[in-house]
Amino acid sequence: MNVLRHIVEPGFFASGPVHIALAVGTVIAITSAVTGVFTVTRGQSFAGHSLADISTTGGSAAFLIGVNQFWGYLAFGAGAAAFMEMIGVQRRRGRDVATGVVLGAALGLAALFLYLGTQYSSTTGASFTILFGSIFVITPSTVPALIVSALLALATVVALARVLLLTSLSPDIAAARGVPVRAVGAAFLMALAVSVALSAVIIGAVLSTALLIGPAATALRVTKGPVRAAAVAAGIGVAATWLGILLAYDSYYWPPAGRGWPVSFFVVTLIVGGYLVSYLRRPAARAEPVPDPEHACSVL
Amino acid sequence: MFGPLMINTWIAATAVAVIAGVTGFFAVLRGSTFAAHAIPNGAFAGAAGASLLGLNPFAGLAVFSLAGALGIAGLSRRARPDVATALTFVMMLGLGALFVSWSTGYAQEAYSLLFGEVFGVSADQVLPILVLGGVSVALIGVMFRPLMFSSALPEVAAARGVRARRMELAFLLVMALATSMTVPVVGALLMFSLMIGPAAAARSVTARPGLAMTLSVAIALLTVWIGIALSYRTDWPLGFFVGVIGAASYLSGRAYRAAIARSARG
Repeated sequence: MNVLRHIVEPGFFASGPVHIALAVGTVIAITSAVTGVFTVTRGQSFAGHSLADISTTGGSAAFLIGVNQFWGYLAFGAGAAAFMEMIGVQRRRGRDVATGVVLGAALGLAALFLYLGTQYSSTTGASFTILFGSIFVITPSTVPALIVSALLALATVVALARVLLLTSLSPDIAAARGVPVRAVGAAFLMALAVSVALSAVIIGAVLSTALLIGPAATALRVTKGPVRAAAVAAGIGVAATWLGILLAYDSYYWPPAGRGWPVSFFVVTLIVGGYLVSYLRRPAARAEPVPDPEHACSVL
Repeated sequence: MFGPLMINTWIAATAVAVIAGVTGFFAVLRGSTFAAHAIPNGAFAGAAGASLLGLNPFAGLAVFSLAGALGIAGLSRRARPDVATALTFVMMLGLGALFVSWSTGYAQEAYSLLFGEVFGVSADQVLPILVLGGVSVALIGVMFRPLMFSSALPEVAAARGVRARRMELAFLLVMALATSMTVPVVGALLMFSLMIGPAAAARSVTARPGLAMTLSVAIALLTVWIGIALSYRTDWPLGFFVGVIGAASYLSGRAYRAAIARSARG
């Protein structure tokens, strides 16, 4: 018991904000990890990150008009996903450029909203909350909405899993079999926007990329088959989130500032550390395992 | 608008636009858009660290942007480039969050690093920008042919003995060099928009490399000049104008190409 006391600062299990943080963090870590497996397989990491950044624009717009930031994140994320799909070229390279252009425009808008926001309320910390977020200041009233949209995003991805894999691995075969490749891509991008906007609420829009890409990339390195990869990714995401919250809580008395270290720092370090371990362990000949279409479909 | 206080702004912004147009052309051509986003934005964390240690933010920016380039190139050896970029970037930002939480009252300064402080350019900032900018453009000029080759025809270039990995690393390092000097002036977000928007617009208009690069620089210059003029008049942030003009020029480039294709079809 005494040992435990050194690891876990007293009051950790009794604190209300910690309960909310753990519950919401778990749901979001699972959603991000499962979505992330498809994001990494489809090579859409940049889109995933951009949607997180773009939802910061929504966050600052919501801040400006005085609505809960969560709705701003969601609205802008979904809008940007639709726009990217609309102007996005099918080739991977062209898609990255389209993503980049949408991102550039959205960041410009974010600069404007933040500027106008500080003009009226002079809250200097606002831009920081939006970018880096804080899991300890989730408003309890938004928790049900957070969880419901997370489950919706997760359900969409799970329902689409089979077609998604087929369209990711071989769009031509999918099209020949009568799969509406573009519609599937658009639906996935929407689910991605929702799950990214959610994690943006916890660890900040910029760092939500970590929960999306890190666990999934690690899982795809150490396992075979999409189902197992999704399960392992969810495990890694949840573990990193819990440990990050615990460490951030413990760090309250750590030097140098005595104000606690940010949750996002711990979560990111744990996730990237885990990835590096899996990365260095693998022999050089074996690149990121991409399951072949037949195998992937027979697994599901 | 052209008074003595603004002259440094015009010079610095012009230099930045030329560099962004040149590096952005290759970033778009090679599909390194994500790296173009990650290096400037991640480097801002370095400035936060440097100010914590009481060093010149330049040093922090340089260290972090070079480390970012090395990290992306290193991890890409055995992983997908987009995953490597995402994880390197996220780690740099995680450190940035930590540095910011340690220092007190840094938020305003960080805001200006993200969104730029183009109207506060001082005379002693202009010289390093011009020198480092000249070096970056010269390096791209020296590498032009192999870089062009490995970007446009990677397989043929590899067969002819151009080392793809080495080219990628060299390009990322030049981008890092360009970044470390432009971020304090125009901000990380703006540097990204300025690299991607004009270059993408130029690429969608013409496929000829020399012409596309010239066009990319020209559009970047126009974007920055119009942006500064509007920003000066309205007092709205420059990043907003650059982001929106960049996107608009890309969309009009695509519309132009679509119109050409339609008229060619009859």
